[in-house]
Amino acid sequence: MSFLERLKDGLKKTKEGFVNKVSNIFTGRTNIDDELFEELEEVLIQADVGVKTTFALIEKLKEDIKEEDIKEPEELMKYFQAELKAMLQNEEGTFNFDKDLNIIMVVGVNGAGKTTTIAKVAGRYKDQGKKVMLAAGDTFRAGAIEQLQIWGDRLGVNVIAQKEGSDAAAVAYDAVQSAKARDVDLLIVDTAGRLHTQKNLMEELKKVKRVIDREAESANAQVEVLLVLDATTGQNAISQAKLFNEAVDVDGIALTKLDGTAKGGIVIAVKNELQIPIKLIGVGEAAEDLQNFDPEEFIEALFSNGE
Amino acid sequence: MIFSNLAEKLQDTFDKLRGKGKLSESDVKSALKEVKMALLEADVNYKVVKRFVNKIEERAVGKEVMDSLTPAQQVIKIVNEEMQNLMGGSQEEINISPDPPTIIMMVGLQGSGKTTSAGKLARMLSNKGKNPLLVAADVYRPAAIRQLQVLGERLDLPVFSMGEDSDPVDIAKGSINFASTHNCDTIILDTAGRLHIDQEMMEELEGIKGAVDPDEILLVVDAMTGQDAVNVAQNFDKRLDIDGILLTKMDGDARGGAALSIKEITGKPIKFAGTGEKLADLEPFHPDRMASRILGMGDVLGLIEKA
Ligand SMILES: Nc1nc2c(ncn2[C@@H]2O[C@H](COP(=O)(O)OP(=O)(O)OP(=O)(O)O)[C@@H](O)[C@H]2O)c(=O)[nH]1
Ligand SMILES: Nc1nc2c(ncn2[C@@H]2O[C@H](COP(=O)(O)OP(=O)(O)OP(=O)(O)O)[C@@H](O)[C@H]2O)c(=O)[nH]1
Ligand SMILES: [Mg+2]
Ligand SMILES: [Mg+2]
Repeated sequence: MSFLERLKDGLKKTKEGFVNKVSNIFTGRTNIDDELFEELEEVLIQADVGVKTTFALIEKLKEDIKEEDIKEPEELMKYFQAELKAMLQNEEGTFNFDKDLNIIMVVGVNGAGKTTTIAKVAGRYKDQGKKVMLAAGDTFRAGAIEQLQIWGDRLGVNVIAQKEGSDAAAVAYDAVQSAKARDVDLLIVDTAGRLHTQKNLMEELKKVKRVIDREAESANAQVEVLLVLDATTGQNAISQAKLFNEAVDVDGIALTKLDGTAKGGIVIAVKNELQIPIKLIGVGEAAEDLQNFDPEEFIEALFSNGE
Repeated sequence: MIFSNLAEKLQDTFDKLRGKGKLSESDVKSALKEVKMALLEADVNYKVVKRFVNKIEERAVGKEVMDSLTPAQQVIKIVNEEMQNLMGGSQEEINISPDPPTIIMMVGLQGSGKTTSAGKLARMLSNKGKNPLLVAADVYRPAAIRQLQVLGERLDLPVFSMGEDSDPVDIAKGSINFASTHNCDTIILDTAGRLHIDQEMMEELEGIKGAVDPDEILLVVDAMTGQDAVNVAQNFDKRLDIDGILLTKMDGDARGGAALSIKEITGKPIKFAGTGEKLADLEPFHPDRMASRILGMGDVLGLIEKA
């Protein structure tokens, strides 16, 4: 399947639920009335866009109507799409490979899809000819190390691991040393899932980041933090993004499980409220079920009518 | 402790309205907007919120509230009562078969917490004098079997597995024999995470159900789930006629509106709450406490009763 086919396939559910409803709201009526806004509110909230962002969007539209003297619902739809696009616009690309060694540290709450996303990213860059290495920094959850090792075997990628229960920062240290020694292009560090409200676990995460940063500096390496968010998550994703960002400075977001019926609208809220770019989307459990998040294509795919 | 969030907002709203003199029907209605917002911010499903707020409105637009000197508290009281009605009163136990073994089947989306919760349940039942057997019927997720085995080792409880090349239906059937030869009176089946719209994977669950006729099918739901919770619960319930819900990751800051949505949509009781990653972190679910949590208030009832 081509990139676009995959993207469209993955987004089909999102589209069927969300897009057609949205365009029906605008095209299915002759006047811009309260009912239109109420229906819009319903669709946006049901897509997990969130109360705050939904009302901000609707307010913005109402301003547009006044300022631009909009009368036709269909014309309003164009403004709506433009507002969404503006909210999701992302200047940066996905990852830069400017440096000798590039390190991605993957963080997120329990079960969001970190380890699987790591496998997907590793697979992608291995296919592009990069030398990839993984670090089993989740030393806590039962079977977590083995899970990453199985992915490493499948992909033919080295995994640096220690015993279950060992210090995650020590694993990270080992991994960076080893990546330097072996001329690795991309090192991806897995971390244990943790709720953003768990102070001690967030402190531990900061420590892992400090160790990576310190070792990276002497190696002309670049470090990125990728936060994994589950598209099924509601408003809590905003709290997650906020607190993980405060702890370890998140550079980008991977939104997983978009192959379900969840609409992933939190992305809009997170981007709008925290300005963290969405970089990747997960659309399945297999290694190839990964796409770049491209706001243009994302919204186009969201709004294109039929096929 | 004073009222926070919703209660405060209601107080503010009514204080402002009071300035104009007697409260009118439309005053109360506009105050109810705060209730709607609070519920939506807690991720209660949009449709459930609408129905719920209508019900509140019927009761709130009346002398009880309009003539009251403490209208905010009266509204909170009504909200709380209706919420209690919805969530169900008493906490419910698991179905135990009079003719052992009791078979418990864990089902749910990817990463919701099935495997961990299977371990927690095994621990809880073992502490109550039962002899549980953990069964590894997830043959898809890398190291899923290993994960359950580690939990079994930690609990010093048996784990039945037939490797990854067996059919989950056969594994479930095989576990019954194993249980009887090993004196286990309770079987806990860990199944693979799956999307509710994945036909093939949902058929697999129906197959397991048909083969072993579980006494208790528990749907494991992440407390952070957003608007999609109703689709998920509805689909799993339709296909499997679930017996109860286990709500995980309650140790975070998610309001857990999914609980209300699921209860309203399926009518099935929430039986357990997962409150951490450790095997001891499982509690019976208390519906009465959930109302305060969803509304983001402390001990509402206690305060209302004093008022
Ligand atoms: N349908 C679907 N499932 C996914 C996706 N990404 C991950 N998963 C599944 O979600 C479950 C959890 O994924 P993991 O990668 O183990 O999540 P994690 O964040 O590493 O979990 P912890 O380490 O326990 O915190 C697994 O069953 C994955 O197969 C996705 O994009 N779509
Ligand atoms: N904080 C917290 N974490 C939990 C809780 N329950 C489970 N987890 C964590 O959530 C993650 C996913 O749990 P699993 O038990 O692997 O979930 P699963 O449903 O079996 O996942 P799949 O088999 O991939 O579908 C793990 O990191 C668990 O430690 C809970 O109540 N609180
Ligand atoms: Mg992991
Ligand atoms: Mg599992």
